[in-house]
Amino acid sequence: MVREVSESCVESLLAEIVLSYCSGFYANKPELAARRIEAIGFQVGHQLSERYTMDRPRFTDNLEAIKFICKDFWSELFKKQIDNLKTNHRGTFVLQDNRFRWLAHMSIDPSVQASGNIQDPSAMAENKSAQATGMHLYFPCGIIRGALSNLGIECAVSADISNLPACSFVIRIKA
Amino acid sequence: MAPAAPKSGDVIFASVDRVNAELFTLTYGAIVRQLITDLEEVEEVNKQLDQMGYNIGVRLVDEFLAKSSVSRCVDFRETADVIAKVGFKMFLGVTASVTNWDADGTTCSLILEDNPLVDFVELPDTCQGLHYCNILSGVVRGALEMVSMKTEVTWLRDMLRGDDVFELQVKLLKQVPEEYPYKDDE
Repeated sequence: MVREVSESCVESLLAEIVLSYCSGFYANKPELAARRIEAIGFQVGHQLSERYTMDRPRFTDNLEAIKFICKDFWSELFKKQIDNLKTNHRGTFVLQDNRFRWLAHMSIDPSVQASGNIQDPSAMAENKSAQATGMHLYFPCGIIRGALSNLGIECAVSADISNLPACSFVIRIKA
Repeated sequence: MAPAAPKSGDVIFASVDRVNAELFTLTYGAIVRQLITDLEEVEEVNKQLDQMGYNIGVRLVDEFLAKSSVSRCVDFRETADVIAKVGFKMFLGVTASVTNWDADGTTCSLILEDNPLVDFVELPDTCQGLHYCNILSGVVRGALEMVSMKTEVTWLRDMLRGDDVFELQVKLLKQVPEEYPYKDDE
């Protein structure tokens, strides 16, 4: 049987990562705080993808690896798959989760939502609520980037919440 | 309406939303690792983990009280028992046992034989002073403070340091009498 803990445990840790790095060590340097939070996610994604791919053959192309993230990997983390996958066939993939669990318990400023690009550091500096939401999203972005990095794919990942409660993760694979 | 009967830890754990423990364990590991990089001193990392735990305990106590329907504990002995059997179980899925009571019933130990925080963990020699699970002691301290008990929580045994179990000593320092938070004439 798979070992489980209460979801509150993970959500509590996530909230504390954001609090420690944004209000504590790097209160006036959101870019540095963001980088640390992303790094923690990267580490987690890297290790999880190592564990979840142990018994599989290598992925033959990028699309196969992205599909693995959408299906198996997402199911392990959130007990559901990514709802929609789009690609421009030139290295950009958009993964949409129609109800992203880690935002379910957060109140989000409507103005932040409208601007869509939640992780713009200059916007975050002006708006504390935008900053908190944006910071929360660096963790799952880091997880995705770490998981793909473990599969040999270097990429950049950002999040878009202009369609709440849906959340889209945009993956740009480096050529 | 009669108050709901207290529920056992197993029943509550079965009813809450749960996630794969690997995500939790690896996330905690990554946090500790990042803190070691950023803070450099192991003692500072211990302090930070304790503070994070304290903040979590302060928040989680509400969820604990709401979901467990436990009634007011008559004494510290009962409190310790509830933490071990219901609190640990409903969040971490494991129970602790309570032992080593002192004569006046204000100090005891919570014993954890199974601890999801340390699955896959081995400490390198450079981290000898690290209390890896310090977040847990912070959670217990923070939660108890919210129900008016000032405590001191210390690790006595640690499996990552070669002991056979985790032993967390909880010492009741002061029971703050509950006060009415508002005054009518203000």
